[in-house]
Amino acid sequence: MIFLRLFLTFFEIGAVSFGGGYGMLALMRELVVGNGWLTEEEMLRFIAVSESTPGPIAVNMATFIGSHEGGVLGAACATLGVVLPSFIIILIIAAVLRNLMKYGAVQGVLSGIRPVVVGLILATAGTMLLSTLFGFSHAGDAFAPDLIGIAISAVVALVAFLWKRKTKKNPSAILLIVIAAVLGAVGYGI
Amino acid sequence: MKKSKTLLELFLAFLKIGAFTFGGGYAMIAILQNELVQKKAWIAEDEFLDIVAVAESTPGPIAINAATYIGYKRAGVLGSAAATVGVVLPSFVIIYVISLFFDAFIALTVVKNAFRGIQAAVVYLILAAGVRMLKKLRRDPVSVTLLCLTVACMVTLSILAVSFSTIFYILLGGLVGFVVWLCQRQRGGDAK
Repeated sequence: MIFLRLFLTFFEIGAVSFGGGYGMLALMRELVVGNGWLTEEEMLRFIAVSESTPGPIAVNMATFIGSHEGGVLGAACATLGVVLPSFIIILIIAAVLRNLMKYGAVQGVLSGIRPVVVGLILATAGTMLLSTLFGFSHAGDAFAPDLIGIAISAVVALVAFLWKRKTKKNPSAILLIVIAAVLGAVGYGI
Repeated sequence: MKKSKTLLELFLAFLKIGAFTFGGGYAMIAILQNELVQKKAWIAEDEFLDIVAVAESTPGPIAINAATYIGYKRAGVLGSAAATVGVVLPSFVIIYVISLFFDAFIALTVVKNAFRGIQAAVVYLILAAGVRMLKKLRRDPVSVTLLCLTVACMVTLSILAVSFSTIFYILLGGLVGFVVWLCQRQRGGDAK
């Protein structure tokens, strides 16, 4: 039953997506790629589309993958699943537990979760870097470096660095995605 | 009658927020603040900051958390549902339409190559987000240990192709945080 599976999978993702934005990425990668719904390459494409359209990434990813797997109903199930946990939690906080965050125990639990989430994001970025740019995901794989990809990441990192020095702000994700798209179309095209 | 007007108002306000906020995160906070505190005066500044703090510590995107919270404050459970549906609906429609054409679009060689290039940018974006969060993290021994252990375990297990769910890392982190809090309280209690 694909609709129930979509709902439950994204409910799980929604329930532990601490840290906003990419906080849910490690689990999404595990469940979505693990379920065989998407390849890693397809998932990276979907992230790029989610970054370039309005709305939170987690919701966009849910809608996209849901639609990919089960049409409009699949999209609705996945989106409902990803939103429902935070909806319930915030409702409880708004209704009865306004001071929830002031309890020492809650702060304690959160201060343990926070570094783990940062670690998960960094580890995900690291392993993705190895698999997309060097073709290395598991022990035993031979390194197959993608030279064009490596060059594109170097350009993107350089642009981001210079932009930040000049304007003191991070460049928008869309700008970096557009630059990489042009370089990719040219670089892999010839 | 008045109630349905409030619901519609909530729905429309959050529909607008949902339609014009790209990427999320801190850009989102500025837009929410401008729209909800300054223009609509639905909540006071300090309550808004409370919501941001709560949103940062609970799962889920901040725009959705703010919608649920403010919707509830203004019109109960129905209000929170109206606001939450409003904030999600624009991206749902946009992404659904894109997904219909995406497979045909990606079949073009130029697009395929462009997306291969984009992969590199996306990996950079994830890494940059991680580094930004790393800079904001408190540097006490427990946090640093948890961070290093998480990265080391996850990279090693991933390379060895051993599956260990991300959820366990988060649960274990929460457990460690709780135990540290208990120990600190114990010590604080002994001192008294």
